[in-house]
Amino acid sequence: MPLKRLIPCLDVANGRVVKGVSFVNLRDMGDPVELAQHYSDGGADELVFLDITATPEGADTMTAVVARVADVLAIPFTVGGGVRTLADAQRIIESGADRVSINSAALANPDLITEIAHRFGSQAVVVAIDDGDGIVHTHGGRQATTTNTVAWAREAAERGAGEILLTSIRQDGQRTGFDLVMTEAVRNAVTIPVIASGGAGSAAHVAEALVVADAALVASIVHENPAGLAGLRREIMALGVALRPLKENA
Amino acid sequence: MSDVVVVDYGAGNTRSVCATLTSLGRRSVVTSSPADIADAPFVILPGVGSAKSAMAHLRATGADEALRQRFASDQPIVGICLGLQLALEHSDEDGGVKGLGLLPGRVVRLEEGRIPRLGWAIVEPWNEAFYFAHSYYAQSPAAVATSEGITVAVRQGSFFGVQFHPEKSGPAGREFLAQCL
Repeated sequence: MPLKRLIPCLDVANGRVVKGVSFVNLRDMGDPVELAQHYSDGGADELVFLDITATPEGADTMTAVVARVADVLAIPFTVGGGVRTLADAQRIIESGADRVSINSAALANPDLITEIAHRFGSQAVVVAIDDGDGIVHTHGGRQATTTNTVAWAREAAERGAGEILLTSIRQDGQRTGFDLVMTEAVRNAVTIPVIASGGAGSAAHVAEALVVADAALVASIVHENPAGLAGLRREIMALGVALRPLKENA
Repeated sequence: MSDVVVVDYGAGNTRSVCATLTSLGRRSVVTSSPADIADAPFVILPGVGSAKSAMAHLRATGADEALRQRFASDQPIVGICLGLQLALEHSDEDGGVKGLGLLPGRVVRLEEGRIPRLGWAIVEPWNEAFYFAHSYYAQSPAAVATSEGITVAVRQGSFFGVQFHPEKSGPAGREFLAQCL
């Protein structure tokens, strides 16, 4: 198996990276390209950009961000938020993203998973699932569906998803560790890789998540101290998890 | 005329390959024109999409014959990911696809581990980590490098193909492409 991956997630609103809690008190964190480069230099294995505004009017703004990022970033990146149709996915991928992440759009129209996979390959489709106590949630985790999380992960994989991004809405933002039980349940149900998300508060949390999952998504733990990413990687590796050995800056 | 022709086959992300070339001071153009492929000092066959639609596109534009002639006259070609796979004789993808046949070998589905195989992995004997995203891999007597037991680079004559994405592999990938050019 490839090495475990550490993936910083950046929230983007109106072309800027923002930070906030539940969409309120959004604080400007900077230019997506500069921050992406910074995380790449610090040893991020991939990046995820989440368009948290995701309005139809904002689509062009996001596409422009994707193109600017693709022109400077030499590591893979995924774009989520606002991908509702094959045309949306095509616009994002042709602008330079490696993969798109789809969430509620996949629930509403599961054929979308297959359509994107058929056109761009399975590796280009990440299905994001927001889990609350075993049930899939939508609307940023505020609304419960009747869909079972493990069953939906399995169906998404069967329909052609190349990876599952599993977020625990209970743990998200709490910084008390990942939901290891649900992560393991989902990973055991599928043969595609699984990214654990929600709850990273320390290197130990990330390390234990990476024992179960193929990759871990991190946000606040790195955003508060972007220069600390390299140190975080070293701590995780010291805990016995094999990450990519970093090349000296060429 | 540009330094490097990046072969267009109607799918996928050529932007990152071109960005890396630009950062290396090379001019690039994305095209499927047989004349451009024949004349360029250097050609890259990039790597996203399905084998079937890629081959159909190469045949429809005549790029397939231009690539064969280029190989026959010992002009350099680098294949990336699907670009490596297309150079072989046959791929099991999409129910079976005939490749360009520049090199001996076939492409088969991965069987072990999580599929798609996503992420960074060490390539031997180069002892360097590169980024992979694939569900199929090459079996070829022209193999020159492996990763976790599978062939990830093939080289014969003027063709050099790699399964990983140098354009997504940070400084290591950039250095790899610089050495190829």
